Amino acid sequence: MTEHIDEELAPRSGINWIRLAPWICTIGLFVIWEIAVKLFDVPYYILPAPTRIWGAIVEFGPALWRNSIQTLWTTMAGFLIAIIFGLALGLFIGWDRRIYAGLYPLMIGFNSIPKVAVVPILVLWFGAGWVPAVLTAFLISFFPIVVNVATGLATIEPEMEDVLRALGAKKFDIMTKVGIPRSLPYFFGSLKVAITLAFIGSVLSETIAANSGLGHMMLTAQANFEVPLVFACLIALAVEGIGMYAVMAWLEQRMTGWAHRSGFSQ
Amino acid sequence: MTALVEIENVSLRYRAQAGVESTLAVEGLDLSVAKGEFVAVVGPSGCGKSTLMKLATGLQFPTRGSVTVAGQKVNGPVSMAGMAFQNPVMLPWRLTRDNVLLPLEVVAKHRRSFRRDKAAHHQHADELLASVGLEGAGDKYPWQLSGGMQQRASLCRALIHKPDLLMLDEPFGALDAFTREELWCVIRDLHAEQGVTVVLVTHDLREAVFLADKIFVMSARPGRIIETRLVDIPKPRELDVTYTPEFADIVQELRGYIAEARQ
Repeated sequence: MTEHIDEELAPRSGINWIRLAPWICTIGLFVIWEIAVKLFDVPYYILPAPTRIWGAIVEFGPALWRNSIQTLWTTMAGFLIAIIFGLALGLFIGWDRRIYAGLYPLMIGFNSIPKVAVVPILVLWFGAGWVPAVLTAFLISFFPIVVNVATGLATIEPEMEDVLRALGAKKFDIMTKVGIPRSLPYFFGSLKVAITLAFIGSVLSETIAANSGLGHMMLTAQANFEVPLVFACLIALAVEGIGMYAVMAWLEQRMTGWAHRSGFSQ
Repeated sequence: MTALVEIENVSLRYRAQAGVESTLAVEGLDLSVAKGEFVAVVGPSGCGKSTLMKLATGLQFPTRGSVTVAGQKVNGPVSMAGMAFQNPVMLPWRLTRDNVLLPLEVVAKHRRSFRRDKAAHHQHADELLASVGLEGAGDKYPWQLSGGMQQRASLCRALIHKPDLLMLDEPFGALDAFTREELWCVIRDLHAEQGVTVVLVTHDLREAVFLADKIFVMSARPGRIIETRLVDIPKPRELDVTYTPEFADIVQELRGYIAEARQ
């Protein structure tokens, strides 16, 4: 936990390096980028300098904002469906060893299919627009949730199960008292992975078949040779990704603080 | 004294599973435990001691023979046994007190009234924790306790619902010698106070002799009882007794049986 680390490091140096480190690295990256572009005189249509990208962000501000909101919305919609479906399927699979054995290969197979190949099918079924984007975000992000919830349930200590069964506990008791609370850290941990995947899914679909969203905007900007705008879109995506990841990490910390005992977890 | 646990001519074969061929864990196992008795089971490692535990609690069914607990033939988990293992297996998201109370949420007799009598149960749990030297630990999480303290708490969990039968599977195996001897006394006192029937599976011969009224020695796999030794050292026993020649003789004798069994 950060508080723990802070206490140890802060008094010695006077500066809280742990808190500052992400800012220093991010700003450093942009500074190096800027200097490199200036130094080697890279043309803006190959790699625009951060200042140039900032210019594009200001210039296309309203449109960028609108499309960012659109992408955030489709991503969150797909992600929400993935949580509901992933939890349900994870509980179902983890409930019984036979279900686990039966469905696991299917899941692996499904997850191995590149989602790029699925988008055209979705478009065929639902038409271009936000529906395929939501569905792609869902399809790409539910797998880690299912696997983690199922793993949490399947790895109950046999001794714990014996203790409860020797008391006359039914499967349902074991699951609600032990299995489900036990799989929660796995579940919340998987959300952090799933949310970033959901962004990949929605943007992927938007670049193939949509008329709004960051993916669509990027494709249009690329066609118009507006390279700084392409990068502006990428940065908007990165910001959204970091933001949602932070929300998930915070949620994880809030809900399952008991699972984070060492000073190094997080 | 009537027998609480009666195992008659029991054999158990585990089915072949994922690369492990089927094994005969116990064969022709015969033993009986009287109500209120403290029994220890010793034997070479892998002799089916844990299988014996599972048979007596109805977690496993015999391939042949019969298991009778409290006058009834076992055909499902006996639902009145308390168990403790070498690994205390506490639930880390529950306070130690709530871990101890877990059986009451499950046992059919208590689960309905559990919420209503919560305050009384709370107090009962704290008293039980205090009786094993864990005053005030109820409000801590199990991972804030040392290994020995967790093991004490797991004994409390095994006893909270006043089981007729307490099954202990090497409960002190992972503890240091001093803590172990301290917990011997805790178990001794709990047995004396509550009159519960105890079956202790252990590797430690001194532990068996110190605690038990009767010791069963098991053979190497497939396990069966090769010797039954009554311990006639008067009770209550103090730790000093472990240094008497009489005590050492019994340990020595048991050691002989096990050495034989291992060949």
